[in-house]
Amino acid sequence: MTAAAALTAPLGLLAELTHRCPLGCPYCSNPLALDKRSDELDTEAWARVFREAAGLGVLQVHLSGGEPAARRDLEDIVKAARDAGLYSNLITSAVGITTERLQALADAGLDHVQISIQDSEQASADNIAGYNGAFARKNALAADVVRLGLPLTVNVVVHRANIARVEAMVDMALSLGAGRVEIAHVQYYGWALKNRTALMPTREQVEQAVADVERLRGKHHGRIVIDAVVPDYYARFPKPCVGGWGRRSLNVTPAGKVLPCHAAEVIPGLEFWNVREHSLGDIWRASPAFNAFRGTDWMQEPCKSCALKEKDFGGCRCQAFLLAGDARAADPVCHLSPHHALVAELAAVREDAPYAYRRS
Amino acid sequence: MSDQVAQVLPTSQPRLPRGVRLVHNEAQGGWVLLAPERVFKADAIAHEILKRCTGEATVEQIVDDLAKTFAGAPRDRIHDDVVKLIGGLADKKLLELL
Repeated sequence: MTAAAALTAPLGLLAELTHRCPLGCPYCSNPLALDKRSDELDTEAWARVFREAAGLGVLQVHLSGGEPAARRDLEDIVKAARDAGLYSNLITSAVGITTERLQALADAGLDHVQISIQDSEQASADNIAGYNGAFARKNALAADVVRLGLPLTVNVVVHRANIARVEAMVDMALSLGAGRVEIAHVQYYGWALKNRTALMPTREQVEQAVADVERLRGKHHGRIVIDAVVPDYYARFPKPCVGGWGRRSLNVTPAGKVLPCHAAEVIPGLEFWNVREHSLGDIWRASPAFNAFRGTDWMQEPCKSCALKEKDFGGCRCQAFLLAGDARAADPVCHLSPHHALVAELAAVREDAPYAYRRS
Repeated sequence: MSDQVAQVLPTSQPRLPRGVRLVHNEAQGGWVLLAPERVFKADAIAHEILKRCTGEATVEQIVDDLAKTFAGAPRDRIHDDVVKLIGGLADKKLLELL
């Protein structure tokens, strides 16, 4: 199969506006080598990327980072997304967004705000974030978002230090006025991988958390939407990572590199193209990194003959490389992978060591 | 999944809340409803219903208008389709009922 045969229109663009962030969350999936401020794309480059993305079929842009509010031109970037016809999601830690700035962002056309919370208890939350006062700041911004009538999502990344409080965190999202809450188990890439032994919950904790989410979905149906990102180290089937490589989404780094997923740079030998040198359409269609794992031709056994290969696409390429040492292998999370036992062994290594906070 | 929660009355006035937009995108093949982290493709019937959800028209008026536009379709059937779509979307916070 040629790459062109598998080409679809992307739906989402993750725009990592900056790697700068005031928080130090140990579960951050940013790479260990963070882009410098001096290498960041400017406002006009982002505006062009958004126009090209819309032309490709992208409907939503996720303004992320790092902390996007660390950019002084965030209002102009939001306006550029709106002008391009994109739906804009601001993914923020809440630090750096005052009441006035939120109003300006709303006036610029911002559609939706997602605020991360680290825990339902202040001391634990600030400890996980590595930032005193973060918890209070998040509560304040959430109130401002609701007051302006913007939809609010609360995102909670779940790991050993907060997994017992899934219900309390959903209750917190409800009391903040969120219409949606994401319960996202840590995905082990970047800083999270570095902190894996300190973050990893037990199998019993994960099973309890998954059961809690199911029960809470029933209890709160019609009041809040609960989306869950599954904890894949304890799974038997891999996640369909980014909806399939080069199928539905693209990720632009602060310095303009375009990745099929935010962790893709860990895979050695992939050639990424940059928006400074190529149009987004050319990158989507022709960049070597996007074509490396597009479709199913690249697969080996057990994926190649698997009935689910068009459903889960063999799982995550980055995880296959990180755990099995081969980006073309089946994601070891899959029970059919010859490396599946390794995942359980890694999950069993838990240590209450101090976090390696994400710092630039 | 649980049963529909939202009460769709003949006098309800549905509208898209802030943060939900109905847009046309050629590359995606038609009308789509955009919401926080979600995209719903709106088929021809859904689009006809959604474009009438202005916050001013009542459910009853929307049904009447559709019955007039699509003469031949039984009003009861249109009513059931409208209530089902609006109720389902309201439960997902993609519509609000005034």
